[in-house]
Amino acid sequence: MMSMPAHPGRHTLYNGSSGTFLPVKEGNEAMATVTFDNATRQYPGNPIPSVDKLNIEIADGEFLVLVGPSGCGKSTSLRMLAGLEEVNGGRILIGDRDVTNLSPKDRDVAMVFQNYALYPHMTVADNMGFALKIAGVDKAEIRKRVEEAAKILDLTPYLDRKPKALSGGQRQRVAMGRAIVRSPQVFLMDEPLSNLDAKLRVQTRTQIASLQRRLGVTTVYVTHDQVEAMTMGDRVAVLKDGILQQCDSPRRMYDHPANVFVAGFIGSPAMNLMEVPVTDGGVDLHGHTVPVTRENLAGVGKNVTLGVRPEDLELSSDQSGIPVTVDVVEELGADAYIYGSTEQKLLEATGENAGAVPFIARVDGRRPPEKGDKIYLKPKAGHVHVFNAESGLRVGD
Amino acid sequence: MTLEITTARPESALLDLPWSTPLEEWPESYLAALPRGISRHVVRFVKLGPRVLAVKEIKDDIADREYAMLRNLRRLDVPSVEPFGVVHGRTTADGEPLDACLITRHLQFSLPYRALYSQNLRPDTAVRLMDALAVLLVRLHLEGFWWGDVSLSNTLFRRDAGAFAAYLVDAETGELHARLSDGQREHDLDIARVNIAGELMDLAAGGFLEEHADPFEVSASVIERYHTLWDALTGTERFEVGDRWRVDERIRRLNELGFDVDELSMTTDIGGTEIVITPKVVDAGHHSRRLLRLTGLDVGENQARRLLNDLDAYTAATDRQGDDEEIVAHDWLAKIYEPVTRAVPRELTGRLEPAEIFHEVLEHRWYMSERAGHDTPIEDALRDYVATVLPAKPEEKAVLGVDTEEMPVISRFD
Ligand SMILES: Nc1ncnc2c1ncn2[C@@H]1O[C@H](COP(=O)(O)OP(=O)(O)OP(=O)(O)O)[C@@H](O)[C@H]1O
Ligand SMILES: Nc1ncnc2c1ncn2[C@@H]1O[C@H](COP(=O)(O)OP(=O)(O)OP(=O)(O)O)[C@@H](O)[C@H]1O
Ligand SMILES: [Mg+2]
Ligand SMILES: [Mg+2]
Repeated sequence: MMSMPAHPGRHTLYNGSSGTFLPVKEGNEAMATVTFDNATRQYPGNPIPSVDKLNIEIADGEFLVLVGPSGCGKSTSLRMLAGLEEVNGGRILIGDRDVTNLSPKDRDVAMVFQNYALYPHMTVADNMGFALKIAGVDKAEIRKRVEEAAKILDLTPYLDRKPKALSGGQRQRVAMGRAIVRSPQVFLMDEPLSNLDAKLRVQTRTQIASLQRRLGVTTVYVTHDQVEAMTMGDRVAVLKDGILQQCDSPRRMYDHPANVFVAGFIGSPAMNLMEVPVTDGGVDLHGHTVPVTRENLAGVGKNVTLGVRPEDLELSSDQSGIPVTVDVVEELGADAYIYGSTEQKLLEATGENAGAVPFIARVDGRRPPEKGDKIYLKPKAGHVHVFNAESGLRVGD
Repeated sequence: MTLEITTARPESALLDLPWSTPLEEWPESYLAALPRGISRHVVRFVKLGPRVLAVKEIKDDIADREYAMLRNLRRLDVPSVEPFGVVHGRTTADGEPLDACLITRHLQFSLPYRALYSQNLRPDTAVRLMDALAVLLVRLHLEGFWWGDVSLSNTLFRRDAGAFAAYLVDAETGELHARLSDGQREHDLDIARVNIAGELMDLAAGGFLEEHADPFEVSASVIERYHTLWDALTGTERFEVGDRWRVDERIRRLNELGFDVDELSMTTDIGGTEIVITPKVVDAGHHSRRLLRLTGLDVGENQARRLLNDLDAYTAATDRQGDDEEIVAHDWLAKIYEPVTRAVPRELTGRLEPAEIFHEVLEHRWYMSERAGHDTPIEDALRDYVATVLPAKPEEKAVLGVDTEEMPVISRFD
């Protein structure tokens, strides 16, 4: 498990990010790093903590995505940072300030998109600035910030019109403007796209990500959708049952999942995971040996969990490798996806029969196997993930 | 894909609705033109036999979630719209998939805030609406429901003996827990503060808000009332052992606020000189439950309070304080309440709910008596009310003709 240290003094663009970088922040502002330091929250009446010793360091200007299945503690973590949820253990810092016991309004964070209803009788400018009015910001300052935000969002010509006159895309940008004008140190976003249809979701995802990069404001974004997490985040933090599983760049997360849970959660279609016997110098796939160094196999026991992504497989010419019965072939031009199953007992030297295990592989689209075929697949060299069968932790690099 | 309708009350007429057409394009002939709040999804009211249903086009998984959530809320007996069903597997004639539809029953006699504000409102009405919303929020929070989108648009109002009762209409973002943390409640209040102020500023911009009403003050008042009520209902009190009457006093106060105390924790400190009490389980509907038990009438909390007062007055006037309460209530129902509500001409029954009419007749009698300087019999008050007041009221069973705007922000691109 690794976490990236804060880089004071620069707006960080990690790999995987796109979009132009126009620093909007003025030079001498305080560094808005965010630190969860063993942060813990246990709800009264709940026997276990919903967020358990969370440790993440978020760099100034970074876009961090919290992702995980329903109930894993994403919203709780976000509310803890916002100051809306009591912290029972550990600390939360923004910059060098310990904010653990500060009230929400003293933290300079903004929860974004909790409401994106637009008001029909109000001008676009008022729709963008009204929350500042509530916060007691004076008129001239509101107008200034609204105009700045409008410039960033290409909405300047529309400021004095009613939202009805806008296209859907423009309306959406007005909603974003509402968050921008608050110019907080940290943006917090909780599933802002969850009720959009697929097409809009992809579009808005890109808009939010590129906007965040232009503004350079530290952002914590919550979603249960791993595709969203992987496409938007500088780094992604995977949570399960209140416990941080891994926090890494999307690339690193994809190539080096820290445990079986992350391996199965990240990636679509999902990684194939199966239990296989350990042999001399590696693991055995029905006569095909995948090399694993001896030191890495020390103490792992008779079996390990092997993970192979669907795109990391090749058809085997002899009858060794993973035996797969093809159920469905999905042809996508250059590639074809094979949905089938493998007999766990063919892979296992010992142990009980787990029956048929679903299996997905991407193969050459020009000569794909047919439904009903029995094929053998081998992982491409260097593209396997080995996990301790007991602990689920990654073995080796 | 095949059309799949999930509903607690299978009704074959549901199959006749044009599910293969996007909701926005449904022909007028199916629709009832009723006012709505601001919404991102397409919502339409649909006539189905004797009833009106609200149909919302929304993503499949969210439709299921909201349907299940509304069912849970009904089970917990909090005021919310009644879920009717979910329709999945919709496709156009060309086989294009369409979003699911969530169906709820149109809440009769309910008024969206925009419709209320487009009528001529008495200045204190806004305050009463906010009171009702605060009560609703407290009730939801007591049940462990985090709303996540508290707003006037997501609330419906029903008249309740001069006040209002609020109902939840949009449960899309809600979560249900055994108990909410203070942070979760604060979060909802935060959302409420911003949304309500925004909605009122919008009304002001449209010229629907009286000049002196300040959107910020009004929205802040909701939060204030929420806290007052929450503290009254859940706060811990300590007093000397000798002041035991204060236990009864606390319960009486909660009853007065319309709540029953189902569980109260009572402890003494180590020295045994102080008693500490905390209500653990409180249940809204103190008056309406009592009225229901006595008369079988199911009405709003304030209406119930009003009716029970009239029942008390009747008991005193007929000198029957010693009689069995239920028998007196039965007589009151047959001799006072029903004659009044039945005397309303058929064409005027859609104006107000029967219990609200009864309340207004009692009010009317009070005004007539004051003007005349002596008691007015209820028969006279009723006659005058039906002749002069009721016909001037708008139809509220299903308010017609108010133009409200839909403001889809996200769900469609032009
Ligand atoms: N008030 C509460 N009392 C007890 N447990 C709670 C309370 N609120 C949340 N929880 C529990 O804490 C855990 C984390 O909840 P949280 O809402 O943070 O999860 P999440 O990852 O945001 O889930 P989702 O994706 O469904 O929104 C869950 O198991 C939830 O049931
Ligand atoms: N059962 C009902 N009875 C009466 N009115 C209803 C009912 N259901 C919906 N409405 C009206 O339709 C409006 C929109 O419904 P709803 O709030 O569920 O839509 P939405 O698109 O989810 O809203 P939001 O933008 O807040 O998410 C409500 O404000 C209300 O006025
Ligand atoms: Mg709504
Ligand atoms: Mg909604």
